[in-house]
Formats: sequence, C-alpha cells, structure tokens
Amino acid sequence: MSAKTAAGTVKERAELALNDEFLRKAVKFTTERLRNGKKNASAEHGNWDEWRERGRQIRLHTIAHLDYYLNLFVENARANGVHVHFADTGADAVKIALEVARRKQAKTVVKSKSMVSEELHLNHALEGIGVEAIETDLGEYIIQLAGETPSHIVIPAIHKNRYQIADLLSEVAGEKLEADTTVLAGFVRKKLRENFLEADIGMTGCNFAIAETGSMVLFENEGNARMVTTLPKTQITLMGMERIIPSFRDLEVMATLLPRSATGQRMTMYMSAITGPRRTEDADGPDEMHIIIVDNGRSLQLGDPEFQELLNCIRCGACLNACPVYRHIGGHAYGGTYSGPIGAVLTPALNKNVAEWDDIANASSLCGACYEACPVKIPLHDMLIYLRRRKVEKGHGNKLEGAGMKGFAAVMGNAKRFRAALKMGQLGQKLVVRDGGIRTKLGPLKGWNSYRVTPSLPKHTFRQSFATLDQEIREGLKEMSPDIRARMEAAVKNRGNAGQGGGHGHG
Amino acid sequence: MKVSLFITCLSDAIYPRVGEAMLRILAKYGVRLDFPTVQTCCGQPAFNSGYWDAARESARTIMEAFEDSDFVISPSGSCTGMIHHYPKLFENDPVMRAKAEALQAKSYEFTQFLVGVLGVTDVGASFPHKVTYHPSCHGSRLLGIKDEPMALMQNVKGLEFVPLPFAEDCCGFGGTFAVKMADISGAMVSEKVDHVKETEAEVLVGLDLACLMNIAGNLRYRGESVRVMHLAELLAEGAKLA
Repeated sequence: MSAKTAAGTVKERAELALNDEFLRKAVKFTTERLRNGKKNASAEHGNWDEWRERGRQIRLHTIAHLDYYLNLFVENARANGVHVHFADTGADAVKIALEVARRKQAKTVVKSKSMVSEELHLNHALEGIGVEAIETDLGEYIIQLAGETPSHIVIPAIHKNRYQIADLLSEVAGEKLEADTTVLAGFVRKKLRENFLEADIGMTGCNFAIAETGSMVLFENEGNARMVTTLPKTQITLMGMERIIPSFRDLEVMATLLPRSATGQRMTMYMSAITGPRRTEDADGPDEMHIIIVDNGRSLQLGDPEFQELLNCIRCGACLNACPVYRHIGGHAYGGTYSGPIGAVLTPALNKNVAEWDDIANASSLCGACYEACPVKIPLHDMLIYLRRRKVEKGHGNKLEGAGMKGFAAVMGNAKRFRAALKMGQLGQKLVVRDGGIRTKLGPLKGWNSYRVTPSLPKHTFRQSFATLDQEIREGLKEMSPDIRARMEAAVKNRGNAGQGGGHGHG
Repeated sequence: MKVSLFITCLSDAIYPRVGEAMLRILAKYGVRLDFPTVQTCCGQPAFNSGYWDAARESARTIMEAFEDSDFVISPSGSCTGMIHHYPKLFENDPVMRAKAEALQAKSYEFTQFLVGVLGVTDVGASFPHKVTYHPSCHGSRLLGIKDEPMALMQNVKGLEFVPLPFAEDCCGFGGTFAVKMADISGAMVSEKVDHVKETEAEVLVGLDLACLMNIAGNLRYRGESVRVMHLAELLAEGAKLA
C-alpha cells in the first residue's frame, strides 16, 4: 500500500517536517483552531461525556454484530435499487469501480472527499484507463493540484498556507489570484461548476450507512457532495465495511458527536441521507447507484480484543488535532493514508505487517491526548503499546534495545542488583559530570542532550538516606487525628465496593 | 495501617529530596511512610517499548514489595499509572491478575492520597513566588488528577499562580520516545519551555519527575533560571519542613 511508496522512516520524514517552518506554522494554526472549537462545542453541549459513552456503546454494539447489520443494510439497499458490491481487498474495490466506469464509457468522474478512495489510490487507477478524476472538496482539490496526498483526515490541505494555495490556483486560472480565502474559494467554486455538469460519474465516500433503511449519509460543509450525488447519471459510493450504524436514532448521536469533534461545529452544513437512485417522482439524482463495501484489512480486527475498537472510529480527526506529535510533524510524516494517532494504529493494523510499520507506533509519547479527544473513546494510546509489543513478540524488535531490556529485567527483578546499578551510576558519572550536569553528546545521550542538560546523580540515593530520615521522622511524628484515621479506614473499606482502582483510577 | 512509599527510580536515584518532602509532609498528619527496600522500578520503560516479559519482572518485584501495605504512595502519576496496567500484564494468569488488581486499588499518587484520602488541602505553607504548573499527561488524563494540585496551591500563602499556556500538551518526554524520536521530542520540550517562559513564572511545579527532568533539562540547556520543583518539595519548603 502507500507505505511502500512513502520514502524512508518516520524519523526521516519527521525531520523534513520539522525543518519546514511553513508547514509547522500552518499545521499549528489550524489544529489549534480546531481543537479549541471542539473544546468550546463540547463544553457548550453540556453533557459531552455521557454522549461520548452513548456513541461508544452504539459503535461497540454495531461492530460486535457487524455481520447482522451489514446484511440488513445490504438487503435494504438492494431493495432500494442500489447495486451493492463487496470488495475483500483494495485491488478488488478498484476493479469494481473501474468496471462501472468502463461500462458507462465515462470520461470524467467528480468526487467528493473520501478517505477510502485515498486508501485505494483510486484516482491513479482511473487515470490509468483514461478517466479524469476531479476532486471537488476544496482541500482535496488543492491537494490534487499539488500532486500530493491528504495530510489530515478531515482537512486534507492543512499543511498549506493561503499563499501557497493562491500560487497553485493561479496556475489553473492563468492569472495571479489574490491570497484571499473568499477570492480563492470563489474561483474554485466557479471552476468546479463546469465539472459537475459534465461529469459522467459522481463518486463519494460514506460517513454512516443506516442498516434499517439502507441509506448512506454524508456530512459536508461545501455542498459539493450534494452536487456529486445529484448531477451525474451514475453514482458510486465507497464505504468501509465498518461505517454501519443500526438506525436513524443512532445517527442523532453521531450527528451530535462528529461535527463538534471534527471542527467544533454544532451541525455540519449539509447532512444528506441518500436512499437509492432517483425514483420517477424525484426531480434529480442518479439513475444508477453503486455501493462498494470495502474490507481491505478491516475484518482482521474483528475478534481481536486489543484492536476491534479501532473499527469504532468515525473519522472525525479530533485525535490529530489534539496530538502534540502531529502538531509538530503534520500528516505526511506518518507515511500512510491515515495520519496522526489513528493513522499510527490503523495503518499497521490494516496491513498486518509488523516489521515495516514498527517505527510509526514509536512516533508517540503515549500522552493520551488522542484518547481524551476521541468522541467514541478509542484507547489509541494503549493500542500503540500493543503494536510495539506485537513487533517485539514477532522478533522484529531492535536487537540492541532487546539486549538492553534483558538487562533491565535482571536489574529490576532484584533490588540488590538495582542498588548495585545505582552505585555504578554514582561512580561512573564522575567521568562526564561537569558543573552538576551531563552535557556529552556521545552514545545514547546524543539525542537527549541535543536539547537538554542531564542532571547528575546526588551523593546519596533515597534508599541510602532512608534509615536516618526515618529515625528523625519517628521522633517528631505527630499523632494522627481521629478524622484522618477515619478517612483512611473508610478508603480501605470502600475499595471492595468501588470496583477496580478504588475509585481513583483510569479514565 | 501501613502506608508505604513507592519511591520510583527517578526520585530514588536523582531526586531523593522529593521522597524526603513526602515523608515530612505526611508525618505532619501522623502518617509514617514505610519503605520496603526490595522495591525497584515500575517497569514502564519495558512495558511501553513492548518488552512485556521484562516488564513483568519489574511488576512482580513491585507487587511483592507492597503485598501487605494498605496504601502505596508515589511521587509520580505515571508510575502509579503503570501499576494500573499490571492487571493487563497478567491478564492470562488469574492468581497474579487478582494480586495486580489489589495493588492497583491501593495505589495512589501523592496528591491523590493527601487530598483525596487524608482530606488535606492546606499544609500551612507560605511561598511568595510566581508559580506555574505543568499537569503531566498520565496523572491528569489517566488517573484524573486535576483538582488536587490546584486545591493545594490555592492554599499556599503568597503563591501567585500563573496558568501555563497549552498546559495540557505533553512535554515530549514519553520515556524511550525522547531517545528514539529525539528531534520530535526536542521540538515538543522546546515549545513547552517557550510557554513556561511566557508565564514569567519563577517556579515551575509538577507531579511527575520524568516530565520535570525533561523540562528542567531544556531550561538549563537554554540557560534559563526558572526553578523546577515537585509540588511536594514546594509544600515542604513552604511549610518549613525541609
């Protein structure tokens, strides 16, 4: 997949981003705006955590019964007159889409934003058979002009500033366009209008598929998805197999969570539910409608207790906006279609290729901001650790690190060895400590000391001083008040009742 | 009741004064901290890097060390948070898993214990300085420690609190992350220190020594004179217990 086309390691790609001041500024500017928007929108909602839990439960339930709901969806969609196709792999999905394009003798396809299409590299395949694919989401259009891939799930061109965008669009316009967002968006709007009218096929992704009615639902802000789904005679929808929710009642919860999490909007500008092709009484809409349900590694997560929740993702991008690593390196450094914390987990999970993807899981400080931001509470920070563990267990661990960890286990499994190691540190540091700090950039300290001074070890460790301290403490120990004693007893007593963690735990 | 100190390696080896501050503050309320010398590290570096066999060696040592304690108190939300992972580490061993859950239930980060259990929010300290606070990720996000340090600081006489911009952003430590992804980590800690400087605070406090070591290291590298302290140190110094 795209992993193979992405050059180098995460570290090397991150290096490029870290040295690109434009990119870092643009990414910081927009992610800050988005995450503040989300914070305000969820605070204003008033009951956010309860709704997150609702969202999580809906997704957990649907994925646990995915076979049932997928069947129900497909039966209903077919009854509505939709041609439904299943694609095991990305290549299968591409083949199905190309067949439709060929049969329709299509010259152009207009597309609204679809991450699945990016995952399949479908534009490239369409070009291969002489079909022009035109992205109509503003950000996606910019990316297509630049010959790049999206660097964010929701905001594909997040890494570009308006001056760079003005340059790209000026080339298309054949004149110098002002770097003003209204001017630039106005130009694209006019330009795309012609494409909408001419296109043979409209292609979309799918935010949610409603099992009880066979409808597919699109969230968007620009109205381009409405154009794509009403003007061309043929419509193709690409849908990840996990996009299902049971009913329209569940959509209410998702429609509350998704826009607030993605952009801080209370509602998306357009929410379209499309239930089959045009009926005789409809004024517009496609005559023929196809839905391609794509697996491409998703079903590998089913039944995996550590990763099944990945399928709960509603692709809002909140984890990217909250991530302090994404903030500094942007999306391309991740090297896959999906970037940020969700990408760091999803890409290896979909590909099941531990050796190749190991470094992505390492590009996280495990701070948990992604989990906190996630509207369906996917524990991405835990999953990153599981990926690292699977890599080690499959024998793809770094040899030096593996040897180090053996040493770690020997030292930490036994306090005597731990004491000896501390002693060694106290003696050994004499070679490198200057002025109470360690500044050498040799060996493993190179990276750390390129940004920091390492503190030296004090004369005595805590364990060396404890006996003396304890003597002093015992002599001056105050008597415990009855109130404090009662509180401590209550804490011990309540532990059994409050469940795991004694009420002071996780989450 | 047996209240035990889980010192954590960083405090043991580099910041023993933080352990000392905890001893002195708790003694004020009649709590003597016991110190089982067989304890080592919580195992987090191995756990987070994917070496769970090695992490289990650490975890076993810690579980034995605190087997008959009623409370296990540490100066780190991250290391106490690691104990919360022990049940997962032993998920396929019902006996060890039960022991891990028992340890998790009685483990507390220092302010969780001081405020949440003992009900103390005013240690009688005075600290007439401009102070800012970095809420470490594991403590605040995974253990939910948010109000406790604030309550304690509010009651310190003379302490002028300045909020840290982007306080909830990770400082970039992340254990082996700081070594493996040194430049990303470096960018993160540099930005954190930019924010610390913006506050014009004289003192930065926190509840996790790894994060504080990271931030202090960058401050020193840049020749900045901001003093970096664990909240326990600030309280002990302010209450003249040190």
